[in-house]
Amino acid sequence: MNSVILQIASKYVRWMLIIFSVIMLVRGHNLPGGGFIGGLLAGLSLAYKGFAFTPSIFEKEMKIRPEIFMALGLTLIFISLWPGAVLEGTLMQGIWFTIQIPFTEGYKFGTPFLFDIGVYFAVIGVTILFLFSLSDKK
Amino acid sequence: MNSIALPLLLPFAIAISLLLVRSDKLSKWVGPLGSLAMLAVAVYLNFQLQQNGIMTLNTGGWIAPFGIVLVVDHLSSLMLMVSALIAFVIALFANRNLTEDIPMSRFYFFFFTLNMGVNGAFITGDVFNLYVWFEVMLLSSFVLITLGKKKEQLEGGIKYLALNIMGSMLFLAGLGLLYGKTGTLNMAHLAEILRNDHHASLMSTSMVLFFVAFGIKAAVFPLYFWLPSSYHTPNIAVTSLFAGLLTKVGVYTLIRFFTLFFVQDQTFWHTLLLIVAGLTMVSGGMAAASYYETRRILSYHIISQIGYMIMGLGIFTPLALAGAVFFTIHNMIAKTGTFVAAGLIAKIKGTYELKEVGGLYKQNPVLAILFIIPAFALAGFPPISGFFAKFMLLKAGIDSGQYLITAVALLTGFLTLYSMIKIWNEAFLKKQPEEKSQITEVKLKIMDYMPLAILAAASLLMGLFAPSVFEYVMQTGDQLFEPSAYINAVFKK
Repeated sequence: MNSVILQIASKYVRWMLIIFSVIMLVRGHNLPGGGFIGGLLAGLSLAYKGFAFTPSIFEKEMKIRPEIFMALGLTLIFISLWPGAVLEGTLMQGIWFTIQIPFTEGYKFGTPFLFDIGVYFAVIGVTILFLFSLSDKK
Repeated sequence: MNSIALPLLLPFAIAISLLLVRSDKLSKWVGPLGSLAMLAVAVYLNFQLQQNGIMTLNTGGWIAPFGIVLVVDHLSSLMLMVSALIAFVIALFANRNLTEDIPMSRFYFFFFTLNMGVNGAFITGDVFNLYVWFEVMLLSSFVLITLGKKKEQLEGGIKYLALNIMGSMLFLAGLGLLYGKTGTLNMAHLAEILRNDHHASLMSTSMVLFFVAFGIKAAVFPLYFWLPSSYHTPNIAVTSLFAGLLTKVGVYTLIRFFTLFFVQDQTFWHTLLLIVAGLTMVSGGMAAASYYETRRILSYHIISQIGYMIMGLGIFTPLALAGAVFFTIHNMIAKTGTFVAAGLIAKIKGTYELKEVGGLYKQNPVLAILFIIPAFALAGFPPISGFFAKFMLLKAGIDSGQYLITAVALLTGFLTLYSMIKIWNEAFLKKQPEEKSQITEVKLKIMDYMPLAILAAASLLMGLFAPSVFEYVMQTGDQLFEPSAYINAVFKK
């Protein structure tokens, strides 16, 4: 496909999608959203250029191997299991604290959120891996 | 009791590190050492179990029945130990037998995720969580089958995946129904509700879905077709791993479900289990007798042996359950052993076709002895493990008046013996067929024998120390038959 509109748009839409995916991730604990959907959106945003141009561009542009994303995500998940074990004595127990942001109620941050971030990165990695394999001409 | 989660965390951590460091040289060490560590964890947990009784962990601090609870009881602990032993042996075996086209780091990544799934299925006390571990297992095993990227592997893998996904869906459907009816998915809570339930026939819809789902996983009589059509395609290390672990997880869940909470309608369900067990034994044994390719013989043979485990569950007395557990662990070890031996024969001769090999007894007496131990264990010769396992099952059958299934089990023993003797005759005793002889026969090194030697020794030791194994499995059988200890441990009464 060779659409100029899509090619120009891809530059901007990409970043919008990434920002949107982060919003999805952050609101995820109590509202619809979360790591999985956020990760899918972010993965798609990274693939956007590949759709607009040829898939090979996408592979060239991606400097980081998808395995790194997956490993990063899984590591975050693994780390998020432990604070509960250390502080409360039970594995995976949620530890929450509030980050004070002026003029707001503050933002609640906890180990489940860390878990969500882990899912986010792991899903990005998997999505990119799928797209790599599908665009493989061999 | 955070240490209960170690059988999950350890393979998870190893898998992550294998994803980060993709060095094939390093994975060669990580594989055996990692699985050895799993074995150590399992033995440690068993030690703890002997001291503290049944151990539970309420993950995330949510008390049962609201959160997911991990439970290590006698059955789980035993299965953890044996599966970790199998994993260790297969890691040694894989190091010597993976072909060039399979990257070590990839193999071990999925090897450890598979083990995480297996361990998770063994220790979880929550039905939905069990489903998740089944999926972890299914996905990793699918990748392991198709790792060689050959055409027939993909074909076998697709068959495997298709039928097993069917099983998972039925599992999920049964789970949904069960949750709708009882409002809980915690196994101990289900047991508490269903054991005192007088409208038990209403549970039959969920039961039949679970039965079919686990029947597919465990490869029982009408549902086993995925197994023989996929197990002969992957690398022999992968096949041996599957032979030792996968179907047995299905058997484990059947035992768990049909002893803990699906026990109200025994006249129907446990009779059905007995019928299925008999048919599984005979059909698997007959099919095994008709093949001349070692992996196919042994694959059908797995099915035949599953029948014995289901038989123990169907008879449903403490002795029968203990016999089923004994048979399961004996079978995991001996079955993996015969597959490893088949791999070694193929390594020397370059083929799995029995018609094209021969003369191994003269050429390699060590392999002959190492093959005959697990083979005779499967056939049930004293003093190796299989004899005692079968003896317990037969005695339980006669004690409770189930003569028909006992007779079938006895006769299937001859079929087993026939298959084992066939491999023995064709591969070891008969002369090498001249026109088929290979020019380059591979000489085995000492590390090639190691996995088989460990399994043969384990099988032999289980036979020689049968009284202490017997004591342990009787404890397990009693606890399965009367699960109040399990329920009380989960609810910390």
